[in-house]
Amino acid sequence: MKRRLVPPPTPSQTIGPFFPPHLIPPGANDLTSRAPGAPPAAGEIVLLSGKIIGDGGKPAVNALIEIWQADAGGRFDHPADRRNTPIDRNFAFWGRARTDGEGGYRFRTIKPGSVDGVSAPHISVTILGSGLMRRLVTRMYFPGEALNDGDALLRGLDEARRYRLIARRKSPLPRGGEREELAVIFDIVLRGEGETPFLDD
Amino acid sequence: MSKNPPGDAALTAFARYDDASQPSRVVAGYPNTRTRTPAAAPVAYVPGLSEITGPSFDGATLRPCEHNLAVAPDTGRRAIGQIIALAGRVSDEDGRPVRHSLVELWQANGAGRYIHGHDDNDAPLDPDFIGVGRAVTDGEGVYRFITIKPGAYPVPNSGNWWRPPHIHFSLFGSSAMSRLVTQMYFPGEPLNAHDRLINSVPDAAARERLVCRVVDNPLAPVPALGFAFDIVLRGRAGTPWIDA
Repeated sequence: MKRRLVPPPTPSQTIGPFFPPHLIPPGANDLTSRAPGAPPAAGEIVLLSGKIIGDGGKPAVNALIEIWQADAGGRFDHPADRRNTPIDRNFAFWGRARTDGEGGYRFRTIKPGSVDGVSAPHISVTILGSGLMRRLVTRMYFPGEALNDGDALLRGLDEARRYRLIARRKSPLPRGGEREELAVIFDIVLRGEGETPFLDD
Repeated sequence: MSKNPPGDAALTAFARYDDASQPSRVVAGYPNTRTRTPAAAPVAYVPGLSEITGPSFDGATLRPCEHNLAVAPDTGRRAIGQIIALAGRVSDEDGRPVRHSLVELWQANGAGRYIHGHDDNDAPLDPDFIGVGRAVTDGEGVYRFITIKPGAYPVPNSGNWWRPPHIHFSLFGSSAMSRLVTQMYFPGEPLNAHDRLINSVPDAAARERLVCRVVDNPLAPVPALGFAFDIVLRGRAGTPWIDA
């Protein structure tokens, strides 16, 4: 009989309703610099917002949403990304936000580049919350991307479900700054009609 | 665009979680698990670079007192409750230490109350306890906290469900695939056997791994009760096995 040298991973437990606000400091949802006031990352600024919704359209209040993505050049700041291409050290790559009383969340980030010129630009999304015994993982894609049609993950979904992973463009806001900004909405339905496809974890 | 493959194919082979040692997604007597758990089966896919990479936090922004919850940093006053020294080793499934990795911790105070707008429990707050800490694992994958033992508290509108004393943990590990949020329980607590969250894990040995063990006080002669809680994060496929 074979026996594992190390036990299997520690069981997950729900994050519960009391994740401390101290661990979501101001700026935690702004990936466009490493710290408030630090030099800005390169690339097109993305204003990402949306709602997390439970069964029956009820907003998932007080949930935690974390995002992780490549920089504008499609590069990750991580040893598993072994390319020689430059890393944008001003980009934060990761951020977190808590949903408000309407289930709403928002991030300010940079449009990620494609990692290989084949898979479409996307943002990895993790959701933790009361009632979620294990995390939920999905991806957010961008509207109107030519690479979406050839993306392996999107191609594996039927058309209706595929579109649930693609954010929709928000009507343009008045231009405030000098940099281009793309405003997108990505609503996440945890359960029920229009349920978001979640990835096997 | 680079023509080189962005990562080794072998790196994408992460072990699947074993359902027997992970909680069921829907838990009887916990209504939010019914309204928030997806109905559709998850999508099978090949994790890409965005999944096999992940954030790293080297601790550069941590203040030296963040691992000590038992003393209020501004007043130096001790929190109310039984002081405990809590340490553990974080490893991956291959037994390799998870080094220099952020551990976030939060908990109720000695009376079972959180500082959080959603906590309606009428137990008192402790002005000398915020109940949040952070630490980074050392070169052996070991984290250390000093805190107080949290109190039990009732779950609203749940009948007679009281959460046993527990401490919440959030870990990142070496990639987004190893992210873990869990809860640690204390040995010998009568409420453990009745807890709906502990009991959501089918495998008894896995449930047992959520319970810390009493160890020698690493802070002696400071009178703290020592507890150890080791954590295993998901690793790549190829876990070593031995004949036994």
